[in-house]
Amino acid sequence: MTLTQSFSNVRVIFLREFLGYFMTPVAYVFLAVFLALAGALTFYIGQFFGRNQADLSAFFTFHPWLFLFLMPALAMRLWAEERKSGTIELLLTLPISIGDAVVGKFLAAWLFALVALALTFPMVIMVNTLGSPDNGVIIASYIASVLVAGGYLAIGSFISAMTKNQVVAFIIAAAVCFVFTLGGSNLVLGFFRSFLSDGLVEVVASFSFLNHFNEMRKGIIGLGDIVFFGSVIVVFLMATAIVLDLKKGE
Amino acid sequence: MISVQALTKTFGPIQAVRQISFSVSKGEVLGFLGPNGAGKSTTMKMITGFLTPTSGTAVVCGCDIQRSPIMAKRHIGYLPEGAPLYTDMSARGFLRFAAATRGLRGTARQKAVDRAVELAQLQSVIDQPIETLSKGFTRRVGLAQALIHDPDVLILDEPTDGLDPNQKHDVRKIITDMAPEKAIIISTHILEEVEAVCSRALIIAQGEVVADGTPEALMEKSSEHNAVSVRFASTIPATARDELLALPAVEAADIRDVQPHPYILVHPTDGAPIAEAVGELVREKKWNLVEFGTERGNLEEVFRTLTNPPKDDVA
Repeated sequence: MTLTQSFSNVRVIFLREFLGYFMTPVAYVFLAVFLALAGALTFYIGQFFGRNQADLSAFFTFHPWLFLFLMPALAMRLWAEERKSGTIELLLTLPISIGDAVVGKFLAAWLFALVALALTFPMVIMVNTLGSPDNGVIIASYIASVLVAGGYLAIGSFISAMTKNQVVAFIIAAAVCFVFTLGGSNLVLGFFRSFLSDGLVEVVASFSFLNHFNEMRKGIIGLGDIVFFGSVIVVFLMATAIVLDLKKGE
Repeated sequence: MISVQALTKTFGPIQAVRQISFSVSKGEVLGFLGPNGAGKSTTMKMITGFLTPTSGTAVVCGCDIQRSPIMAKRHIGYLPEGAPLYTDMSARGFLRFAAATRGLRGTARQKAVDRAVELAQLQSVIDQPIETLSKGFTRRVGLAQALIHDPDVLILDEPTDGLDPNQKHDVRKIITDMAPEKAIIISTHILEEVEAVCSRALIIAQGEVVADGTPEALMEKSSEHNAVSVRFASTIPATARDELLALPAVEAADIRDVQPHPYILVHPTDGAPIAEAVGELVREKKWNLVEFGTERGNLEEVFRTLTNPPKDDVA
C-alpha cells in the first residue's frame, strides 16, 4: 500500500463523512447550539463588557467546557452508528485499511469543529472594533481551541468504536473527556493521590487538557503542547483502530 | 478464482465453521445452502476479509485475504446480509462513494456509476435518499455497489431474502446475466433459487460441508429421483397398484387420492430408470391417463435429510 493510495482512501472517507454531517440536521443543530452557547457564556458568565478589556479571554475560557460535551456529541456517531446499522461490514470489506477509515472519519469531525470555530469570527471583528487587542494571542487561542477539540474528538472516536449505542458513546466520552480536562485539578488529582505515588500523580497532572490549553492561550504555542495533543490524538486513533479490529464482528 | 482453504472460525466454545474448503472458478455460480446458523454468513465474512478466521484462509484471484487483504478486496464485490447501506445518502451519492473507494475518479467513476445503475435498473430512484426506497430497490442499490468496479468475484449474502417474487426474479436475472464473466457465490435458503441460478450447490450444516455438486446431482440423492407419477383421468383401477408393484425395480407405489385426478407415485429401487417399463404397462392396460411424468427429485427433501440428521444419529 503506497502513501498516495492511503491518502486517497482517507480523502474518500473524509469527504463522505464530512458531507454526511450536512445531510442530517446534526450540522445545523450543532452549529446553532455551539454559537449560541459560546456567545452566551462570553457575555453573561464571562462578563465580556464588564471586564472592559479588548481581548477574547472571556470567550476562550469556556471552550474546553463547551467542547467537553459538544465534541463527544460530534464523535458519538463516528463508529457506533456504523456498527449498529451494519455498514461497518460494507466499509471494512472495501479495499481500505481500518487505519485509513479511522483517520478519514476523525479528520471529518475535526474539520467540522474547525468550521464551527471559524464561524465565531464576528467576535474577532467586534473586539478589534472596540479596541486594539493582541491578535497574536487570539490566533494562539484559536489554535489552542482546535487542538483541544482534536483531543476530545480522538477520545470520542475511541469510545464510539467500543459501543453500538450512540447515547452510551456520548455519556462515556463526555466523562472521559472530563477527567482529561480536569487532570490538573484537585478533584481529579485527589482521587489519584489516594493510590498513586507523587511521581505518577505528576504524570496525571501533565495530561490535563486545561493546563495545556491555558498555557497556549498566553500566546505561545509550545512544542510540548503540540506534541502533547498530537500524541493524544495519535494514541486514541490507534486505539480506535485496534478496538474496531477486535470488535467489528460483534 | 476463489479458493477456500480449511476455513475455521470459533466464537468462544462454539465452532461456527469447521474446516470448510472449496473452490469456485470463472463462470460458476455457487449456491451456498444451509439452515439458518449453519455458518454461511460467517464463511462469507471470512472470505471477504471482514472476520479473521481462527485458522485457514481464502485466496481470491491469487491474493491471500489474510496476507494481502487490500489486494484481495479489490477483486471482490460483496453484498453483506440485509444489504446495509448509508441510508442518508442518495443512491447516486452512495454509488459515487463506492466507486471512489475503488480508486475510480472523474469520467471513469461516472462510467462505472452509469453502468451499475443500468445493470441494477436504478434510473428511476437514483436521486432519492436510500432510506426512502423500497426493500427491492435498496437491495438493488446494494447489488449495484457490489458491481461498481466490475469485480471478478461476487459474493452475495442472501441477495433475494425478503423480496417479493418480481423483485426476486429481477435480482436473479442480474446474477445470471453476469455469470459467464465472474465467479459468484450466493448464499440462500430458498431452494428454488438454487435451481434457477446456480451451476453448483454446496450444502453446509453445523459448520461443515455435507454436500457439493450440481443441483441435478444433489437431486439424484432424493428418494423421489426417477420416481414416476401416473395420473388417472377419473378413478384408479383396482388392480393398478399391484400391477405396478409387480414390475422389476419398483420399490413402492403410493396412491395419492386427490380429486379430480388421483395418481400413483411409483418409486424405483435405488433410483433406477423405470419410466419405460411403467409406460409399457400403461399402454398394455389401456389406462386412461391425464399425465405421466418422471420426477427429477426433490431438493427440499435432500436438503432436510442432509442438514437435519435423523434423531437416533444425533445421540
